[in-house]
Amino acid sequence: MTPEAIFQRLQEKFGAEAVFDYHADPAKDRDPWFQVAPWEIEPICEHLRSQPELAFDYLECITGVDYPDDKKIVVVYHLYSYDKKHRIVLKAFLDREDPAMPTLVNVWSTANWQERECFDLLGVLFEGHPDLRRLLLPDDWEGHPLRKDFEEKEDYHGIPTVRPNPIELFKITLPTAPSAPSAPSTAAKEAAKA
Amino acid sequence: MSDVVFTNEMDEEMTLNMGPHHPSTHGVLRFIIQSDGEIIRKATPDVGYLHRSLEKIAERCTYPGYMPYTDRVDYVAAMFANECWATACEKLMAVTVPKRAQYLRVISCELNRIASHMIAVGAMAMDIGATTPFMWAIREREYINDFIEELCGARLTYNYHRIGGVSFDMPKGWADKVRTWVDKFIPLMEEFDRLITYNDIYVKRLANVAVISAAEAKDWGLVGPNLRGSGVKWDLRKDDGYSVYPELAFDVPVGKGQFGAVGDCWDRFYVRVEECKESGKILQQALTKIDEHPEDDLVGKLPKKLKPEGEAYARVESARGDMGCYVIGKGAEEPYRARFRTGSFTAMGIIEAKSPGLFLADLVALIASFDVVAPEIDR
Repeated sequence: MTPEAIFQRLQEKFGAEAVFDYHADPAKDRDPWFQVAPWEIEPICEHLRSQPELAFDYLECITGVDYPDDKKIVVVYHLYSYDKKHRIVLKAFLDREDPAMPTLVNVWSTANWQERECFDLLGVLFEGHPDLRRLLLPDDWEGHPLRKDFEEKEDYHGIPTVRPNPIELFKITLPTAPSAPSAPSTAAKEAAKA
Repeated sequence: MSDVVFTNEMDEEMTLNMGPHHPSTHGVLRFIIQSDGEIIRKATPDVGYLHRSLEKIAERCTYPGYMPYTDRVDYVAAMFANECWATACEKLMAVTVPKRAQYLRVISCELNRIASHMIAVGAMAMDIGATTPFMWAIREREYINDFIEELCGARLTYNYHRIGGVSFDMPKGWADKVRTWVDKFIPLMEEFDRLITYNDIYVKRLANVAVISAAEAKDWGLVGPNLRGSGVKWDLRKDDGYSVYPELAFDVPVGKGQFGAVGDCWDRFYVRVEECKESGKILQQALTKIDEHPEDDLVGKLPKKLKPEGEAYARVESARGDMGCYVIGKGAEEPYRARFRTGSFTAMGIIEAKSPGLFLADLVALIASFDVVAPEIDR
């Protein structure tokens, strides 16, 4: 099925409040995508996975993207079906101040680690997740680095995060000669000419 | 392994720390293991030791300038991350790659796939306790490293692919050298089978250990050889047909459960052995077919300014399966967001669910059979 047909099918089933905003501008959106309401996502995905005509059995990728200008954090889901060989892209727009949405661990188990990574790096709270801990960063890390306004601290437990520029450090400063060596030679030449 | 009964009366549960520098954890990984004697109750992976914030770095690099960083996504098979980044950018900027460059990509990637699988199968045999196959595999990998060094000047972090093509053409006489090696290599894999694959002790250590069914493998997002080891015949090169793979004939080996259930550690091992032979076949064909396009450019027509707007998700079949790259551009020289989806990352997720009931030594076999590479998990 084409992404557009899947979008229409979902809209019929779940209504225009839950599934909306289809984008397929060929110059910009190389993969067509549409929005889903964050709090409706679990039944929608369950439907996508369990229906034999849709059969989305592979959650490829969960990505979080921060848009501070729009005050949004967007969670992007790339789905694929091994049997039907079709793909769709879902996006859930969350409030940047309070990014929270339900987990999809009960639909696809692979969401477990991918959501943990998204929580770790962007601070999205996946409600109902069985083990929402930091994954890549240390447990006592402060902040979520993939947010655009993240500022790195100067040190972490006494380990500095910046170092002096090695080029500046090892730059050789040449001693300035009191008189340029070429000057007397030209003077000598002129003297010889005269 | 579900029929193992835990005894609570004696309560001899231990908490063991495996890694981060255990010799058989591939790279810097750590497991916190709760075990009852030799039997694991729970193994919790602790990753992140090699996190280099590659996705954050991407936001501060130009599109072509990020290419050397992608080498570090997976340094055992760097060519694929190169290709993935290039493909994603090409999709975003609507660039077509000349045929000759596409063949060079296929040749370099298949060489790299063999090199990576050599590490995978050799290191797996070493983890189980047989050291000779590793030396044997490293010998073949060494030839490939020499070939790739001649091609692009680097042995590990290649930085060979470019947005729109590749950086160098083959040197003179290179194709013949590779062809001679491949002709020798394919029969050599049968020697490898005699050396270790059907070894009695080796088979007994791996057969029926950590069986993963096809449904489980899909549910946990396993990809590549790990997915095919569970009997799912799905390969991005075949099913998606990107680059020039549709013009090349090759098989997709799957796990058949020769010595036990489908999807055990031995199946995952053997899929890789078979894939090496298939990659050899692809190389033989690609090295001949590339001569049909002698006049092509090496880099396609790029827009004057690389400031794309929009988003694209590209996939390539890396040595560890479906590798995805998601790029968002916002009309600047730097990408707004880049994301790598890697095979090792999802493979690590399943270990916590699969480990209860395994023996400690079998956990080593499980990790080795997934062929996880730590930098790819952490990025």
